[in-house]
Amino acid sequence: AGPASGGAAMSSGGTLSILRSDSYAELSQYRDQHFRGTRYDQERLLRKSCTLYVGNLSFYTTEEQIHELFGKSGDIKKVIMGLDKVKKTACGFCFVEYYARGDAENAMRYINGTRLDDRIIRTDWDAGFKEGRQYGRGRSGGQVRDEYRQDYDAGRGGYGKTVQCQ
Amino acid sequence: MSRRRHSDDSDAGQPHKRRRTSEPSEIEERLESLICRVGEKSNSSLESNLEGLAGVLEADLPNYKSKILRILCTVARLLPEKLTVYTTLVGLLNARNYNFGGEFVEAMIRQLKECLKVNMYNEAVHLVRFLSDLVNCHVIAAPSMVAMFENFVSVTQEEDVPQVRCDWYMFAFLSSLPWVGKELYEKKDAEMDRLLSQAESYLKRRQKIHVPMLQVWTADKPHPQEEYLDCLWSQIQKLKKDRWQERHILRPYLAFDSVLCEALQHNLPPFTPPPHTEDSVYPMPRVIFRMFDYTDDPEGPVMPGSHSVERFVIEENLHCIIKSHWKERKTCAAQLLSYPGNNKIPLNYHIVEVIFAELFQLPSPPHIEVMYTTLLIELCKLQPGSLPQVLAQATEMLYMRLDTMNTTCVDRFINWFSHHLSNFQFRWSWEDWSDCLTQDLEKPKPKFVREVLEKCMRLSYHQRIIDIVPASFSVLSPANPVCIYKYGDESNRSLPGYTVALCLTIAIKNKASNDEIFSILKDVPNPNQDDDDGEGFTFNPLKIEVFVQTLLHLAAKSFSHSFSALAKFHEVFKTLAESDEGKLHILRVVYEVWKNHPQMIAVLVDKMIRTQIVDCAAVANWIFSSELAHDFTRFYIWEILHSTIRKMNKHVLKIHKELEETKARLARQHKRRDSDDDDDDDDRSTDREDGPLEEQIERLQEKVESAQSEQKNLFLVIFQRFIMLLTEHLVRCETGGIDVFTPWYKSCIERLQQIFLQHHQIIQQYMVTLENLLFTAELDHHILAVFQQFCALQA
Repeated sequence: AGPASGGAAMSSGGTLSILRSDSYAELSQYRDQHFRGTRYDQERLLRKSCTLYVGNLSFYTTEEQIHELFGKSGDIKKVIMGLDKVKKTACGFCFVEYYARGDAENAMRYINGTRLDDRIIRTDWDAGFKEGRQYGRGRSGGQVRDEYRQDYDAGRGGYGKTVQCQ
Repeated sequence: MSRRRHSDDSDAGQPHKRRRTSEPSEIEERLESLICRVGEKSNSSLESNLEGLAGVLEADLPNYKSKILRILCTVARLLPEKLTVYTTLVGLLNARNYNFGGEFVEAMIRQLKECLKVNMYNEAVHLVRFLSDLVNCHVIAAPSMVAMFENFVSVTQEEDVPQVRCDWYMFAFLSSLPWVGKELYEKKDAEMDRLLSQAESYLKRRQKIHVPMLQVWTADKPHPQEEYLDCLWSQIQKLKKDRWQERHILRPYLAFDSVLCEALQHNLPPFTPPPHTEDSVYPMPRVIFRMFDYTDDPEGPVMPGSHSVERFVIEENLHCIIKSHWKERKTCAAQLLSYPGNNKIPLNYHIVEVIFAELFQLPSPPHIEVMYTTLLIELCKLQPGSLPQVLAQATEMLYMRLDTMNTTCVDRFINWFSHHLSNFQFRWSWEDWSDCLTQDLEKPKPKFVREVLEKCMRLSYHQRIIDIVPASFSVLSPANPVCIYKYGDESNRSLPGYTVALCLTIAIKNKASNDEIFSILKDVPNPNQDDDDGEGFTFNPLKIEVFVQTLLHLAAKSFSHSFSALAKFHEVFKTLAESDEGKLHILRVVYEVWKNHPQMIAVLVDKMIRTQIVDCAAVANWIFSSELAHDFTRFYIWEILHSTIRKMNKHVLKIHKELEETKARLARQHKRRDSDDDDDDDDRSTDREDGPLEEQIERLQEKVESAQSEQKNLFLVIFQRFIMLLTEHLVRCETGGIDVFTPWYKSCIERLQQIFLQHHQIIQQYMVTLENLLFTAELDHHILAVFQQFCALQA
């Protein structure tokens, strides 16, 4: 919108808290337990991050699909696919890094909770990619959630690993 | 209101800023919350809530008057969808406390002046409307409101001011009349008649050259796309004819008439519109988007006509709701659906129309496009039994009218529809659109379907798209996005460069370095060159071809693979791309390899610009080159061009920002030094301090100038190429005696318009150059018209 629409706080008026509400772009409760640093450091990084974690992807969802969908909120700097630590194949999550935080915020507001490959995907703030974080942390090599999952999910290798081993 | 979570873990001594929970700020929060929430769903009636709140606020006036004033002024400015709720509240307060009423009016006038000074015109309109509704609440005397409007209308008599300035004052006057027309006419009919007749003559004489550029459809059927002031004028005329009877607006103050009419009114101080300055930027004109009328929902309540004031008020309010809650999609959807009057108007139709109005708005939607997609999905979730049907009906209508839809709007329709479908398993009754199969593929309807299917594929995969459409649609299905490697087959071994390609392939697989690649490439003969001009690497198209084809083919697996390849062999790319011809040829080869996968072309071009393998002008020239003529009207080409322009714009802004920041640092440094000045500072040491910063500023200044010059050059190249292309077509048509208006021509001329509209703020800087150099009087009038329409936008 051009300058004529303003909308920002004015010296004589300010704004209203109901209009400041931006719940979709807020930090979630999740904190990466493997993060090296204090809680305070982590939250500081999360608040200025341009990187999103994306979860509940199908194992078959490609980088190209992710690029297309997340490109709708702004220019993407990088997509890093999450990989099974053993098999080195996609295991259902990824990181999307934008050049501008505002673009990441819009992804949180409008792409989080919508569908990719027919699955509702979930996005969350990430403190920033570091080598090694592209691997699943489950014992079998995939994500932890797929270790203990009881239900059958065709897009995520069928039953959970523990169930499969029974 | 979100509270920051203060972690209680033992952090490494980082101090938290604990919010001081002092009483006054808590009370202010509570007051703000009470005021903002009045009018929401409640067990009590609105009237009793307003009465209660007025009592509370009156009691708080002695201690919190300024806070209450601030909050009320802010809701007047930012919650226009609840206008009459708050004017009633102010009316009740004024009845209880005359002085407060006066102070409020003064504060509003101050706020209005400030808005106008800082170009916040949309909010200023809300303030004017609020003031005018205060007449209905007996806070402001009608004659003084009329006097203010007289001053507004007299702006149209000013000389040498932009039309958009007069437009705003006219709009502020006319758009308040649905609320206060009746009252003003009852008190001052002669004056009002005079004002309306002045309005009429202004509207007749103002120019409307800009209108075609802003219309979503070029056809007037089934609904004319009217200029916004013309539409409003028709609505006001009809309102006047109906003797100012207006039945849609909720007016809580009517219930309090006995209390309010006892109140003393205030006179508005005489209001002089602030003069026009060089810094004034007025809102751009608009065209009113209409896609529905009462015939579209025969079962439901009757949709107010296009020239009814009800239609105006409903649309204004729905737009305001979106503006208030655009960040919170669930709240936004809920607020839209709980718009009062639900059973008297076909609300779903209004909502869908208003959302598409914003999505298709020219030059740009008020909010990011993807917001509308998600908002519509939320609305479908909340009204699963009715909204999806309205949306399907709307989609069908938009499809039917594609032939006359502006190309930019078609782009947005494509993006919206494909993204929407991807959330609903791509379920659609494609057979209903079989009519497009018999048309020329360049016609709008088949083109639309092709582009939609291509976008759907990008969000899924090729086979999925084949599966979701009937077999008859295969002619419109996208190509399988595979890479085309010209040296791939044994049968190509006669091609020049084939052996080098093989060699390169093996070398790259064996992790060769850039130097090794260079030495392999040395063996590639140059097909155009008679002799080397002794500078080392000269433009050798075959060298580029062999290297780029081979590398892209090896890295074809994914975007990441290709990006890694570009990064690893960046040196080779830079050398091959040294000349302008080199850059152009690299782009050509990229296209040859990936013409089946437009998405890959786009990301590669983006990466090559960002890593400075090619520059923006090279991309512009490539897009207009004859090799790409076949794809010239395809959506992805324009996505690439606009993305390129945006990168250029962002680059200029970034360096400019750096320059400003460095200047600020220098200024702070001076200030610091000045403040502790009586030390016997050595002059040399202060110079030394300044030196590096000043040097940096000089360097940045040069960088800014060079970037701005590159930016201007980019636009000039683009305009020049458009002019050449369009002129060629026009001349050919003229000599051949054929109709100029082919699908290609419509697309091309609208793409030119799109450049102007999408980057209008930057292009405004180049007006003189454009007028003198490119868009001169000798130009064909078809092309010149586009430029003239653009000039008219801020005239």
